[in-house]
Amino acid sequence: MNDAHPRPVTGHVPVLRLGDVLLVTLQGDLHDSTAQQLQQDLSETISRTGVRGVLIDISGVEIVDSFLGRVLAEIAAQSKLLAARTVVAGMRPAVAITLVELGLTLPGLSTALSTEAGMELLARQAPVPRPGSPRQESP
Amino acid sequence: MHTAAGVEACLPIRSDMDLVWVRQHVRQAAARLGFGLVDQTKLVTAASELARNTLVHGGGGQMEATQVGRAGAQGLRLAFTDEGPGIADLDLALSDGYTSGGGLGMGLSGARRLVHDFDIDTAPGSGTTVRVTCWVGRPPRPREEV
Amino acid sequence: MPEHEADGQLATPTDEVRDFLHRRREQIAQRWADEPLFRTVFTVSRDEAVEAGKVIVDALAQVADSGQVEDPDAAGFSAVREQLGRMGAARSRAGLSNTQISSELAALRPPVENLLAADLEQAPPEHLRACSTALTVLMGTLRLVAMQTALSEWQALSDRQRMQLMEVATPVIRLWDGIVAVPLIGTLDSARSQIVMETLLNAVVEQHARFAILDITGVPTVDSLVAQHLMKTVAAARLMGAECIVSGIRPAIAQTIVHLGLDLDVITRASLADALGYALHQLGADIVNSGAGQR
Repeated sequence: MNDAHPRPVTGHVPVLRLGDVLLVTLQGDLHDSTAQQLQQDLSETISRTGVRGVLIDISGVEIVDSFLGRVLAEIAAQSKLLAARTVVAGMRPAVAITLVELGLTLPGLSTALSTEAGMELLARQAPVPRPGSPRQESP
Repeated sequence: MHTAAGVEACLPIRSDMDLVWVRQHVRQAAARLGFGLVDQTKLVTAASELARNTLVHGGGGQMEATQVGRAGAQGLRLAFTDEGPGIADLDLALSDGYTSGGGLGMGLSGARRLVHDFDIDTAPGSGTTVRVTCWVGRPPRPREEV
Repeated sequence: MPEHEADGQLATPTDEVRDFLHRRREQIAQRWADEPLFRTVFTVSRDEAVEAGKVIVDALAQVADSGQVEDPDAAGFSAVREQLGRMGAARSRAGLSNTQISSELAALRPPVENLLAADLEQAPPEHLRACSTALTVLMGTLRLVAMQTALSEWQALSDRQRMQLMEVATPVIRLWDGIVAVPLIGTLDSARSQIVMETLLNAVVEQHARFAILDITGVPTVDSLVAQHLMKTVAAARLMGAECIVSGIRPAIAQTIVHLGLDLDVITRASLADALGYALHQLGADIVNSGAGQR
């Protein structure tokens, strides 16, 4: 079923803003440089727009290796510093099994089954406390 | 009876564009040999880790893909070769979390868990060759054996 | 009748056997056609059985010619391997045990030996003995080849059935909207847990399940390997955005887990019902929350 491969993605991945959330849809095979570019683009966009959430849809991604895994973990960590919460949505079963075998369970990452579930999760979450604001409990 | 057309190949690893080609070639070769989706994904991921090691630590090199058969079983063997500095402490390099390149330190040790056979040939100053093999339809190794 | 040169240079035993097989091809095949193995497999006509017998005689002659009478991998056998496998499979389907098939194969030897003894009546006794031994070895190897072929086919069959059984034995049940469960029964080895993991995770995607319950009531023991398999499944589900609950941990298993020092970093419940209750509560609370938010 995978004979027709999507062309490798190069350059910038589009970042869409939906209200308080930035939506990124990853598709096909990502260049390392594209993934790093995305990481940079996201942190700039979050600090510019002040959004509260980042949703990365990876349902179109066929493999996540330790490099992309690290990029996702770092996006989550840097977004948190900028008071935005990251949800990775739609990871395929084969990708999840492989990541676990690889030894990457990405404990700091929030996940959701689909983009819709991810949006719900972000909407439901209490906003991440900004530094200095009273601490709120979040699971 | 089984054609190996398109499986056997030798691909250069010189840039991160080449990593993409390596992944796509391994994906297609594995699909052609009849690997299931999960095994394909594991093999492609292992290839991606090893090819990146070849590029980042070995300064570039190549990957050779070969179809192998043993006692009625079909397999895919991938050999990653570079002429880089080699690995001085193999045990350390193979341990989880060890990194010399700023990654998560899961490349070599993780790739080993994704394949059935793993074999590494290296010495300081004389490059590194990593050979991995996956067999069609064989369950993964339990982690204790690794 | 046999134009055997009693004097002069004697042929080597294997050459003698080869020549004998060529010479007596028809008679051997005729006698085999009356043996149970041929008679019951080739039921359409006797000629069919005779032809099949001739093919085997030819193969034996070719092996004798190569001198590899003890080698089941001798090139001569490759031509009859498939035929022998079919014959063995047919007898097996008829309800014969391996031992019975093996003795039917053994029954092919005496008729050939009698023919050889009759042919070499004039030959020196030690030559007859040597040829007879070579023939016995050759027939023994034939039997081995036939059994090997049959066994590898049974093996393939049993592998297929085992795979089918594993797939059948891993039903994923939709308990509620967004909740799936897999009751695990029997031993969890690597092959099986791989299938369990894949089946469950695929069901999570198909059913949009936020909760996946792994019920281990039917798993006899939990050692570190089984625990590891469970944890991998839990971790993979988590990456996909689903939560796993392990239910049905019997007291003895709970003790083992503690004794082994295993850290099951997962939500556990005593029974499947408790696990369902927990998942429903989680889902229910969510529904109330979002409903309240909309109003």
